[in-house]
Order: sequence, then structure tokens, then C-alpha cells
Amino acid sequence: MELLSTSLVDWSRGQFALTAMYHWLFVPLTLGLGVIQAIMETIYVKTGKEEWKKAAKFWMTIFGINFAIGVATGIILEFQFGTNWSNYSFFVGDIFGAPLAIEGILAFFMEATFISIMFFGWNKVSKGVHLAATWLTITGATLSALWILVANAWMQLPLGMEFNPTTVRNEMVDFWSIISSPVAINKFFHAVASGWVEASVIVLGISSWYLIKKRKEEFAKKSILVAASFGLFAVLFIIFTGHGSAQQVAAHQPMKLAVMEGLYEGREGAPLVAMGVINPKKETYNDDVDPVVMAIEFPKMLSWLSFSDVNAYVPGIRNIVEGGYTKPDGKIADSFETKKQMGQTAITALKNYKIAEAAKDTAAMAVHKTTLDANYKYFGYGYLDKPEDTIPNVPLVFYSFHIMVILGVLFLLNFALALFLGWKNKLSDYKWILWVFLWTIPLGYLAGQLGWIVAEVGRQPWTIQDILPVQAAVSSLQTSSVLITFVLFAVLFTVLLIAEISIMLKQIRKGPESN
Amino acid sequence: MTLGRTLWAIVLIKLFIMFAILKVFFFPNFLNSKFEKEEDRANYVKSELIDRSTATATITDSISY
Repeated sequence: MELLSTSLVDWSRGQFALTAMYHWLFVPLTLGLGVIQAIMETIYVKTGKEEWKKAAKFWMTIFGINFAIGVATGIILEFQFGTNWSNYSFFVGDIFGAPLAIEGILAFFMEATFISIMFFGWNKVSKGVHLAATWLTITGATLSALWILVANAWMQLPLGMEFNPTTVRNEMVDFWSIISSPVAINKFFHAVASGWVEASVIVLGISSWYLIKKRKEEFAKKSILVAASFGLFAVLFIIFTGHGSAQQVAAHQPMKLAVMEGLYEGREGAPLVAMGVINPKKETYNDDVDPVVMAIEFPKMLSWLSFSDVNAYVPGIRNIVEGGYTKPDGKIADSFETKKQMGQTAITALKNYKIAEAAKDTAAMAVHKTTLDANYKYFGYGYLDKPEDTIPNVPLVFYSFHIMVILGVLFLLNFALALFLGWKNKLSDYKWILWVFLWTIPLGYLAGQLGWIVAEVGRQPWTIQDILPVQAAVSSLQTSSVLITFVLFAVLFTVLLIAEISIMLKQIRKGPESN
Repeated sequence: MTLGRTLWAIVLIKLFIMFAILKVFFFPNFLNSKFEKEEDRANYVKSELIDRSTATATITDSISY
């Protein structure tokens, strides 16, 4: 076995995480603010009231700042695929490339075309054409997100492909199954709705600041009305899609679900932990130490959330490692040892195929290909050594998941309260509530980041679920070179973030009339 | 400097740093920079996938052609 530096894998992962997390600071605000400004402009076109035009133009300016600074930050992720994750990039072939290419075409043509009409077309095109351009801009941005999320979903549930041992590529055989993957559909709606929520939190917070300062009060109240209504809808929608996501995770990534809940021992009628503390004394998956202390639970809710059945069996970490339980499809779950053996058999078959290929022995190639195909679903387990290698960081995923859910509840209450007080025209009477809305802004960003930590850390060690772990996917680079680019990115993105915040604050202080 | 000019300046500087510096000097395509032919890239990745396996120690080389 070739020895690969653990620090190389960790720094490569860290660099990708850093870039993705910074990128996700910009994306959700674009997705959500785009809809909010489009709603305001629609009201303007319907009513002809100038104050709605002013409101739409102000939020469009904030959208523009965020868009300009965030645009192309995701391309750096693609740089990393070619440099740091070359084995992965080669191995996934056109499956990953096709959605990214479509995303590129949409992003650079659809968005770029309509965004210029949206920003520079006021008073140059008719109201209707401008409104259409605004909606098409955000539609283009959302469709861009769709393709990225389709690619991501394939990594969580690889399907629609066939591995070719000659080209060493997973070749696409069913494009439709890839784009209609239930994981992709849920992920798309869940991630986009999280952007809607985040933008609503930000609009609510900034508008509350105007009310606290007794400036632009009519504008602020109108903005709060739209943000709270849209935010409330988005939170309810996110609960719905969250349920769908949980069912997909339960079906295809049971380890992630068990880690999210700190569930080590499977059970029927499993409860959902509302709040809890992970026991730091828990060291291994089978040491019989109670994994969670001080937990507040909803009885049977995890079973219902996962399988729409309050009495369904949910496997724990230990059960997933040891196998032997009956899965929802009626099959018996394989143990880690079985999967590892199958993975090693698949890789051995690949090696033998390579030898047969060099000898031009087509009969032997066919035999080894058959063995490879029969064991391919656990190909990645051939790179793992022990059961612990399949268990993600439990405290990180557990706390990320639960804090995200708690923040979701906070946002729900905030939006409902803002709507109620706005309806009664009493928002300015409760300054402390306005302060809460204002200070919830960073929590909106935090919730989005936590969601991605759950999604991505929760599926470690896999780049492609069950097929390719990180240690097989990473390029053989010098750790020092990855470290240098990590620092470069940290500096570049931090400068961009500081620029974004300072320009936005300046524009917010000026207020809606200035643009 | 107006807001629009500031944003254009940020976009252009950012794109310059990303494509003219980072991409060129720090992010060459790993496989393309090592191999010219697709076949060589495939062979390299295949070897990497085989050599990194925990199975490598147990893979027998008894098959000979």
C-alpha cells in the first residue's frame, strides 16, 4: 500500500472546505435577495408606487455588491479538482464535468445577459421587460445552483454510470437518472431555500436597523413585510425539504444519519434528539459508553423522520459497522469487514485487468471485469483499514446539525413575530426585538455553513459514497504546496469578505435614496 | 470612486489574481502537466488506485502472461 501523508489529505480537505465555505457566504444571499428584489419590483409594476421601486433598487444594489464580490469564487473549487483532486477528477469523468459545463453556460450567458438589463436597464427598457430580466436573472442563478447540486448529489448517491477499467473513468449511461436523483432534487430545494431564509434574515436585520435609527421607516417596514412573509414561507418549505433530505440520508447514507443523531445502538421507534451533549468519554463505536448525555428527545421522531413510520428501525453506528440488520428494502446489511473484502476484491480485479490488458488477453480481461463489476459498489472500502475509518467526526456533525435546526426554529419565530408586529404596525415599539432581528444576521450565515458541514463532514471519508475515499482521490502533491495555496486563499477570500462587508455597510448607511 | 467603478475594479482585480496568478502558478492541471496522452493519464490513475489500496499487500502477482 502506497503511504500517503495524512497531512496532505487533511490540508487538501481543509483547503477545499475553506474555499467552499467562503463561496457559500456569497451564494445564498444572491439566491435569496434576487427573489426578494424581484418580488418588490413585481409589486412596483403592479401598483405603480415609486416607494416599491426605490426599495427594489436598494436591495438590488446590495445584491450587486454581493454578486460582484462573490462571482467566480466557485471557480477556485474547479482549480482544486484538477490540481489537488486529480484522481477524483479523472475517475468521475464526464459525470461531474457535464453538470458543471451546463452550470458554466447558464452562469455566464443567462445570468450575464439579464443581469446587465437588470442593473443598467432602468428607464431604458419598459417596466415589463425590466421585470422579466430581474426574474430571469434570479432564475438563471438558481438553475446554476441546480447543476452544482446535481453534481454534489451524485457524489452522495452515485448512479447512472458504469466504470470502465480501461479508461479508469465512470462513464455516464443514464443522464436522466443523475439529474432526477431524489438526493439531487431534495438537495436543490433544501439548499436554495436555505438561501431564501438567509437573505430574508439579512433583509429583516438591516431593515430593523433603519427602524432602530428612525431612518427610512416606511422603506424599512415594507422591506420587513416582504422579508418576513418570504422568510416564513422559506422556513416552512425548508422543514418540508429537510424531511425529504432526512429520508434520502436514511436510505443511502445511514452512517451520516446515525452520526447526526449520535446514535450508536440502533432501535425501533428511535427518538429524535432536540438538544443534547455528546459524551467526551465515548472513544470507540463499541465501548458501551453512553454516547449522549443530557439529551432532550422527541420519542419515535427519528424513525418517523427517516422512514415515515414511528416504529421503524434506525441503525446506529455500531450496527452499520457490524451489519446484519434488515434494511428497509428487505436486504441484510453488510458488515464493514464484508465491504472491505469486496472492495479489496474489486481493486485486485482492477490490477489483474491491467495485467491482462497489457498482455492483450481479452478473455482474462472479461473475467476480471466481471469480478470488478460484482464488487464495485464497495470499491472504496478497499482503501480503508479499520471500521473507525468509516465514522465521521461525531461531535462536529451532531452539534452542527442540532444548532442548525435550533437556528431554523429561531428564524421561524423571528419571521412570524416580524409579520405580526408589522401587521399591527408596532414594530418600532419593541426596540429590543429589532435588536434581536439585527443580531440574527450572522446566525443566518452560520446556519447555512452548518448545513454544509452536516452534508459534507457527515459523509466522510467519501468523495464518492462507498466508491472513492479522500485518501484515494487526492493528488500526490507536496503538503507544503497545498499549505501555501491554503494560506493564499485564506488571505484572498478574507480580503474579499472585508471588501464586501465594508462596501455594504457604506451603502446601507447611505440608505435607499442614494442609489 | 462610484460604487459601480469600485465593484468593476474588484471584479477585474479578482479575476486577474485568480486566472493570471493562482491558476497559472499554483494550480496547473496535475495530470495534464505530467502526461501528454490520455492513455498515460489513465495508466497513472489506475496505478494510483491500485497502489493506494489496503489490498495491495495481499494482491498476488502470481498471474503471469
